[in-house]
Amino acid sequence: MVKLRNGGKAGIVMKIGVLALQGAVVEHIRSLELAGAEAVAIKRVEELEGLDGLVVPGGESTTIGKLMRKYGFIEAIREFSAQGKAVFGTCAGLIVLASEIEGQDEAHLELMNMKVQRNAFGRQRESFETDLNVTGINEPIRAVFIRAPLIAEVGEGVEVISTYKDEIVAARQNHLLACSFHPELTDDYRLHAYFVDMAREAAAGRS
Amino acid sequence: METGTSRVKRGMAEMQKGGVIMDVMNAEQAKIAEAAGAVAVMALERVPSDIRAAGGVARMADPTIVEEVTKVVSIPVMAKARIGHYVEAKVLESMGVDYIDESEVLTPADEVFHLNKNEFTIPFVCGAKDLGEALRRIQEGASMIRTKGEPGTGNVVEAVRHLRLIHGQIRKVQNLSKDELFHEAKLLGVPYDLLLQVAEAGKLPVVNFAAGGVATPADAALMMHLGAEGVFVGSGIFKSDNPEKFARAIVEATTHYTDYRLITEVSKNLGTPMKGIDIKTLQGFDRMQDRSV
Repeated sequence: MVKLRNGGKAGIVMKIGVLALQGAVVEHIRSLELAGAEAVAIKRVEELEGLDGLVVPGGESTTIGKLMRKYGFIEAIREFSAQGKAVFGTCAGLIVLASEIEGQDEAHLELMNMKVQRNAFGRQRESFETDLNVTGINEPIRAVFIRAPLIAEVGEGVEVISTYKDEIVAARQNHLLACSFHPELTDDYRLHAYFVDMAREAAAGRS
Repeated sequence: METGTSRVKRGMAEMQKGGVIMDVMNAEQAKIAEAAGAVAVMALERVPSDIRAAGGVARMADPTIVEEVTKVVSIPVMAKARIGHYVEAKVLESMGVDYIDESEVLTPADEVFHLNKNEFTIPFVCGAKDLGEALRRIQEGASMIRTKGEPGTGNVVEAVRHLRLIHGQIRKVQNLSKDELFHEAKLLGVPYDLLLQVAEAGKLPVVNFAAGGVATPADAALMMHLGAEGVFVGSGIFKSDNPEKFARAIVEATTHYTDYRLITEVSKNLGTPMKGIDIKTLQGFDRMQDRSV
């Protein structure tokens, strides 16, 4: 048993991977470490071995999706999730997790039962930041939306945990978490801590 | 709700990290770039090597080209405005371009003043040869830096020089005491506070891509190895024999820049890269990197 570095909840330190094909990887690693996890960048499927959870970061979803296909990550992450291991997608990562992408025939991981709309708030000119309430987190968090997607519809088993102007911007389905915005771009690591807790619950459920 | 904040503008560049931004001249090339895995496209009337060949004054692209490119891709679209050309930049902003490159590749409209980029809602990327230049652009509001290199040459030597210089200068300021930093800020011609940030963080406060002469997958990987956070490829792709294959290979080599076997594989049978120019043959105004400081 190793003690948490941030002096938070006692327990085993969760080892969380951040998919490092493209996008904001080091920011997630920093936030996960602040949340008391051990965080590593993942570039090939073999590196998923031994992880308790995985973050699919923000970036360009078309680029990340193509590289995931090329290097066998689609099947590998589906298998990872099937083992009950936690996965968190932010912005592009949310698109990658969805079962359906509006206007596209093909989705990527198809793990979360939801339909997403890309660039839903407009172009970069319309990108913004705002305070947002998230179910399970006490005070509002500062949410940065960059050419962000939104969740147009959720299916069975998906719990909406945050909305902005009546649009769904964060959701959870058992051990899977997704949000439209970028919690990794602020110093507030509470959403990462929430995810690390999910990974810990999932790990307890597996053992 | 706030738009155009520094976090929103710089954050956009953070999302491009580890990726390749490709110059395109029309809708068809933009589709090829997106399909190859580009994280953004730079919509241009001519790529830098054609600008060199044509001579004369290079200006903002015809808005039609930018519009056509914007219509066919879902990834971000960037476009270039001349240095100090307020109206070209405002036109691009009003068109909904996602990022403006205030670029020395075009003929400068102002040889003294750069734009005050802080007052724009959309973010800017600017070129830099050294730390002083990078921090002056950031002070003016640039949300992303690209080391200049020498555009349109297919010769990576200047890109290497500029990236190495900036990183060397960052390592130097990390080792200076506070009193020495005041003096260094004066020598570099930059605000002390910004230099202090760099000294403490050991990196620029914005994302730094490499540009200007990247012509092969190995060139792109070299820039990543030297600490670039991504690469711009201008003439290199659509001046090569097989742009589609070339573009895919450069994307893969950038992602896996330490996987030399993978770079070997993607480099096979790519055909002839762009011809390239020896930097020593460029004089005066043909050296685009010297058009701004």
